[in-house]
Amino acid sequence: MATQTPYEVLGVKPDASADDIRKAYRKLAKEFHPDLNPGKPAAEARFKAVTAAHDIVSDPEKRARYDRGEIDESGAERPRYSYRPHAEGAQGWKYQPHGEMDMDDLDDLFAMFGRGGGRGGAGSARGARGAQGAGGGFAMPGPDRHFTLTIDFAEAATGGKKRLALSPEEWLDVTIPPGIEQGQILRLKGKGGPGVGGGPQGAPPGDALIEVLVAPHPFFRRDGDDIHVELPVSLPEAVIGARVSVPTVSGPVTMTIPKGSDTGTRLRLRGKGIHHKRGGHETTGDQYVTLKVMIGAGDDPELAEFLKTWAEKHPTDPRRGMGSAAPSGAAQGTKS
Amino acid sequence: MIGFDELARRFAGLDRVELTRWVENRWLLPDEEGGHWVFREVDIARVELILDIRRECAVDDEAMPLVLSLLDQLYSLRRQLRRLSDALEAQPPEVQAAIRHALPKAGQRGG
Repeated sequence: MATQTPYEVLGVKPDASADDIRKAYRKLAKEFHPDLNPGKPAAEARFKAVTAAHDIVSDPEKRARYDRGEIDESGAERPRYSYRPHAEGAQGWKYQPHGEMDMDDLDDLFAMFGRGGGRGGAGSARGARGAQGAGGGFAMPGPDRHFTLTIDFAEAATGGKKRLALSPEEWLDVTIPPGIEQGQILRLKGKGGPGVGGGPQGAPPGDALIEVLVAPHPFFRRDGDDIHVELPVSLPEAVIGARVSVPTVSGPVTMTIPKGSDTGTRLRLRGKGIHHKRGGHETTGDQYVTLKVMIGAGDDPELAEFLKTWAEKHPTDPRRGMGSAAPSGAAQGTKS
Repeated sequence: MIGFDELARRFAGLDRVELTRWVENRWLLPDEEGGHWVFREVDIARVELILDIRRECAVDDEAMPLVLSLLDQLYSLRRQLRRLSDALEAQPPEVQAAIRHALPKAGQRGG
């Protein structure tokens, strides 16, 4: 007969509140107290049991530990059942995904690693011999190997060849397709680890998986197949117009800056973006050039004098649209 | 070997409905005797395992089948490995040497 749980001893439900437990305990303690039941050993035993039960369930921590099966009715630590010895022990087989394997037949083991074929009819001795004999049967493809390769912005845009050193004696030649993007993975078939077994022709080797990282560029920025660049121009170049040299991923080109340009003017160099084949057809992006006017003259009295005269004739407010045009208070700006 | 009632009493904090569901979900596989479930030590240990995983690793009911399935696969592999290693140990030294030789060294394969 199983021992009573402390809840049963106290006559309460396992989810009883602390209050209910206290009430039940007081009632039973009064009923069976040895002083009120002299010469009745049964009552004394009940009293002890009730007190022991109360000890456990009146203490929230002990009660929780009891509820989790960590301590028994007397408050003693229960032996912890470590699952592993049971899982690996005689009873553990029933929780195994395929039940007990018949390891008398090595084919079962080989089958775990992808060896096809049936085991029908092959006696254990024959199965084992077959596996060692011709070197056939047991075959495991080689593992994939993982690498990362960092390339610069232009290489990512135009493609090219890169050599990836695996060790001083071993390297992989990697062809970078044009237009590759950060984080893309190149798979080099058969460049992974060697296969194991598989007879004369051998099990296939694994693949090399190369994650490509693209180093950021100091002034080019990529958006899909388009390239963006901010181009500094001088005040005269912006006002009068000019022909200037602009870097692109495929080398510098000459571009016309129309007269009357300004900071933020965006010009397009058609076809100077990233050129590559995608899904069978070729696509080419553009390069977008955003102008940034640099006055660059510093503290130039001549320019200052000229602008003073010019500004009087051409009042303009570039901050129109930023709210109140008339300043209500003055604050001194400083160069930072 | 204990019955359902005794198991439920042993884990007083575990709802009987919940315990029943574990059996129905096949997280627990009691044997049947005279139309009643009976639980062996491995089953009791498994209740503790499930409680531990749930409490200490915060694995919820949705993730539990996956965790148990992975654990079962792992233990299954360990059993097979143990049997294989027992078999290897029973081989004469020259067979053991040949197998040792045929094993690729750790780190020899893979990048």
